[in-house]
Amino acid sequence: MLKRIYAIFRARNLEFIRDRGTLSWNIILPVSLMFGLSFIFSSDRAEYTVGVLQNDPVIDASAHPFLESRYIDFVAVTERQGGLRRVQRHQLDLLVEFGDQPQYWINPDSPKGYFVEFALLQADEAAGGNITKSQVTGDAVRYVDWVLPGILGMNVMFSSLFGVGYVVVRYRKNGFLKRLRATPLRAIEFVIAQVASRLLLILVITSFVYAGTNYFLQTRMDGSYLVLLIVLLVGSISMISMGLMVAARVTSEELAGGLLNMVTWPMMMLSGVWFSLEATNAWIQKIAAIFPLTHMLGAARAVMLDGAGVAEIMPQLTTLLAMSAVFLAFGAFTFRWHPR
Amino acid sequence: MVARRAGNLQAPVGSGYENCMAQGTLTTFSGRNFQRMQIALEAKNLVKQYPGVLAVDDVSFAVREGICFGLLGPNGAGKTTTVEIMEGVTPATSGDVWYYGSPAGTRFREEAGIQFQNTALQDFITVRETLEMFQSLYDRKADINHIIEQCSLQGLLKRDNRKLSGGQRQRLLLAVALVNKPRLVFLDEPTTGLDPQARRNFWDLVKNIRAEGTTVILTTHYMEEAEILCDEIAIMDAGKIIIQGSPDDLLKKHYKNTIIELPLNDFTGDLATLDHRVIESLGLIEIETNDVNDSLRKLAAATSGLNRMKIRQPNLEDLFLDLTGHSLRA
Repeated sequence: MLKRIYAIFRARNLEFIRDRGTLSWNIILPVSLMFGLSFIFSSDRAEYTVGVLQNDPVIDASAHPFLESRYIDFVAVTERQGGLRRVQRHQLDLLVEFGDQPQYWINPDSPKGYFVEFALLQADEAAGGNITKSQVTGDAVRYVDWVLPGILGMNVMFSSLFGVGYVVVRYRKNGFLKRLRATPLRAIEFVIAQVASRLLLILVITSFVYAGTNYFLQTRMDGSYLVLLIVLLVGSISMISMGLMVAARVTSEELAGGLLNMVTWPMMMLSGVWFSLEATNAWIQKIAAIFPLTHMLGAARAVMLDGAGVAEIMPQLTTLLAMSAVFLAFGAFTFRWHPR
Repeated sequence: MVARRAGNLQAPVGSGYENCMAQGTLTTFSGRNFQRMQIALEAKNLVKQYPGVLAVDDVSFAVREGICFGLLGPNGAGKTTTVEIMEGVTPATSGDVWYYGSPAGTRFREEAGIQFQNTALQDFITVRETLEMFQSLYDRKADINHIIEQCSLQGLLKRDNRKLSGGQRQRLLLAVALVNKPRLVFLDEPTTGLDPQARRNFWDLVKNIRAEGTTVILTTHYMEEAEILCDEIAIMDAGKIIIQGSPDDLLKKHYKNTIIELPLNDFTGDLATLDHRVIESLGLIEIETNDVNDSLRKLAAATSGLNRMKIRQPNLEDLFLDLTGHSLRA
């Protein structure tokens, strides 16, 4: 019995080791994740976040003694209305502008703003004490309101990438694609059918989940449902296309799994699913911009939390459509019907 | 004179093709009663080169409309690659495939039906849904109820593809190949793995399809199958067609003798004393003779008994083994 077990054990090990692609991803993926996560969370996250209204995206800590305070994250805010909206929603504990007429805005309902104001006034007194106070009011955006688009988006991502990419690889491996190749069906027709099928599934499931969540948790929706549907549609198409691109030539299910994990995990960590990346390194934010999920979540949150219309989220929609076109074109061009 | 199976017949290379081509029609081989018939499919100088392997080496042949054409050969002979090039699922390194006088293209895909040896079907999909799905890919459509009846699928229509037996599955795959009312059907080793009953049932299906005028191109390892179904065969080895013609013609051409078969253990004399060609294989000796009576007299004196003796005519398997020198490998 042991001999038989060993024979199978050895054969499986050889199979795994000789599948270079899978082996590589099994090593590269966890290592990349470890390095990536350790980098993202390398700095201690501060308890308080203060927006500094200025044109320069880099904050000069010598501009005011308050900016040298410890345990406070200072985030450059270049647009006043946006900054005030974030104070209203408790996303910033306080917004401050240093200049000829220094002033700050605070939400009187924000407990953390109350403490940060003490620190500001103490520091300002040392600097001359001429800062002006203004108040803005608004309810805090609950974490559940903020994270809901992230969770729905993550679900769309997994459904798109694994539901299409993995299945296409399986079809290719077991010869079903080869059988379809022997019919008048063209590659682009197959690709479109896959996109359409998965899109319908995603729309139905996501709408159902959203409706249920909204009913039980009374989640925030400041914008139009139609605009949100457009975001879902465009975002889903881009991620399904991405799945098809990944699966265009792969013939091993294990390699496909590795590749899809390689795509989905960074998106899950860097696209703002669970937490905002505003306080992270600027170039991490630039990397995040290459992922469709980042743009989809940005647009969805703008609609749900800020009441944005189509015009305001046009940059994200355009980016997603452009990504879809590139992914689909590449996927259709490199598509392989059967393993060689 | 004792020999073992060793490919000892001289193969007339390409004899069935070059001699018979004439302006889009082929003149019949003499063994069966065909008229001049239109060429349905023609392979012209097909070459397939893989890194380090020449899988198909300048193969040319033509298949006349309405016949069952068998492509035979040992594993690795290049027959599946050849057929896949003709089916349009594998590109040739060079050479062309013509369908009814034109390069095979859109019309060919519309009018050809293909049954691969190993095709996975979608899980959780029923037999009827599978047929309907494939039929919807074509403009040409057969009467699906006729196909269901023809392939004996009536009782299986609501069954999940995963729950079909081997024979049921092959019948479904054949039905899938027929949903577009094809003028030409490729059957790639359709009965491999089937039990004898299911195999014979499948042969009846193929005969019915052919009787309706459909051209059939069959690859098989089973010589009996080829002999029963095929009007014409081509045997491939090492990427080349080594012989082509009707089974009857080929057997008449290569064999004038009758074969006497008996267990080697029953033979008590000296094999070398027999004045015939003798082949020893798998514990049997095969004696080729043109005078059975004379041979039997000699054997009666040289054996412990003739009770286990068989007398038969040479068949395709003999020809196949003599030409390729290979054992059959399923």
